[in-house]
Amino acid sequence: MSISIRDLPLEEYVLLGNAACPGCPASIGLRMLGKALEGKFILVVPACCTSIIQGPYPKSAIKVPVLNIAFAASAATASGIRAGFEALGKKDVQVVVWAGDGGTADIGIQALSGAAERNENIIYICYDNEAYMNTGIQRSSATPYGAWTTTTWRGKTEFKKNVPLIMAAHRVPYVATASIAYPLDFIAKVRKAAKINGFKYIHLHAPCPTGWRFPSDKTIEVGRLAVLTGMWVLYEIENGVFRLTGVSKSLLDKSKRKPIEDYLKLQGRFSKISDEQIDLLKRHVDELWMEYKHLMESG
Amino acid sequence: MVKLIIPVSKPEEGAAGLTGIWRSFKPIIDQEKCKHCLMCWLYCPEGAIERIGEDKLTVKINYDYCKGCGICADICPFKAITMVREE
Ligand SMILES: Cc1ncc(C[n+]2csc(CCOP(=O)(O)OP(=O)(O)O)c2C)c(N)n1
Ligand code: SF4
Ligand code: SF4
Ligand code: SF4
Ligand SMILES: [Mg+2]
Repeated sequence: MSISIRDLPLEEYVLLGNAACPGCPASIGLRMLGKALEGKFILVVPACCTSIIQGPYPKSAIKVPVLNIAFAASAATASGIRAGFEALGKKDVQVVVWAGDGGTADIGIQALSGAAERNENIIYICYDNEAYMNTGIQRSSATPYGAWTTTTWRGKTEFKKNVPLIMAAHRVPYVATASIAYPLDFIAKVRKAAKINGFKYIHLHAPCPTGWRFPSDKTIEVGRLAVLTGMWVLYEIENGVFRLTGVSKSLLDKSKRKPIEDYLKLQGRFSKISDEQIDLLKRHVDELWMEYKHLMESG
Repeated sequence: MVKLIIPVSKPEEGAAGLTGIWRSFKPIIDQEKCKHCLMCWLYCPEGAIERIGEDKLTVKINYDYCKGCGICADICPFKAITMVREE
């Protein structure tokens, strides 16, 4: 069922006057999460930009309960909260982990894998700004190949870790990717996840003006180009069945995708990337699409 | 007496102050050009675009908190929003 903007609730769950940078993708994602679940959730947040955005003590910029937790513990903590809710008979409140890519792809992955293997009834959302932004733009395993960060100042030499496919290998009931540039697609996925019993993983692409070095008004444009060039792919895997969603549905045919350069040239973090590096990146993207095609055909 | 402080924050507007003062550019909506598509409302990271009027389809910017990121002006399909330098 498709959702329209006018159907979304007017109520806001991220309050005005928070500490996020102008043009912040995490704020957009959190706002949409609030609207998707209409406030019926509790957030588990490890150290990340969101722990700053939520506001300095004694004020909180988020209208739902937030539990701040040590980096490695998010998915384990959420499992515990869920168990507590079960004991209390609370069924209508979603337990949602909201963690960065560093807190997911690197530091939190063992607890995440454990919770997925136990098929805990939680929603885990990774908002992926492709580096450790809160501490000053250090690379993570989710930083893409060729990208500048303060710890990869000649461009990252490794490719982006594919966390959604790692989660799919756990055979959990629901895995999805999304982008803050396509909020209605993201909201549909969150709402679907909320209806499914068991472990749900959503990986939300989140272009960050501060860390990626682009002007604050270009957050949505950069996010759209990531998808339209095929650098980021929108899909969901429901009970093992792979399905492309939204605009990605029409991009399996490579000739329909925009040139990757259109995406790279908007971002300062790629300003020094060489032609050879771009070729390698293109080949990598093609290989990923081959993998998704295979998943689609075998699903 | 030892005073016990429990570190629990309470939701409140303006946790980081009146963020409107961060702005270097101010978005101005031309209501004549606006087609009420609500794209600016959807994408504003702050939720600083209010929806007013009986049908809630008129958009109005809350300048106390708008950070001036410019996303609304960039994505408006009808070019109804312009960014103007703050005095
Ligand atoms: C165990 C531990 N190591 C390091 C830190 C410092 N630290 C706080 S936030 C952060 C970066 C988090 O990056 P990510 O998860 O990608 O979230 P982002 O800041 O990008 O939103 C780091 C390294 C910490 N709080 N705890
Ligand atoms: S660094 Fe990026 S993700 Fe973090 S608050 Fe700023 S814009 Fe948002
Ligand atoms: S995006 Fe433009 S046309 Fe659409 S509601 Fe906002 S100002 Fe009006
Ligand atoms: S400039 Fe940014 S913060 Fe201000 S109303 Fe537009 S989108 Fe919202
Ligand atoms: Mg990050």
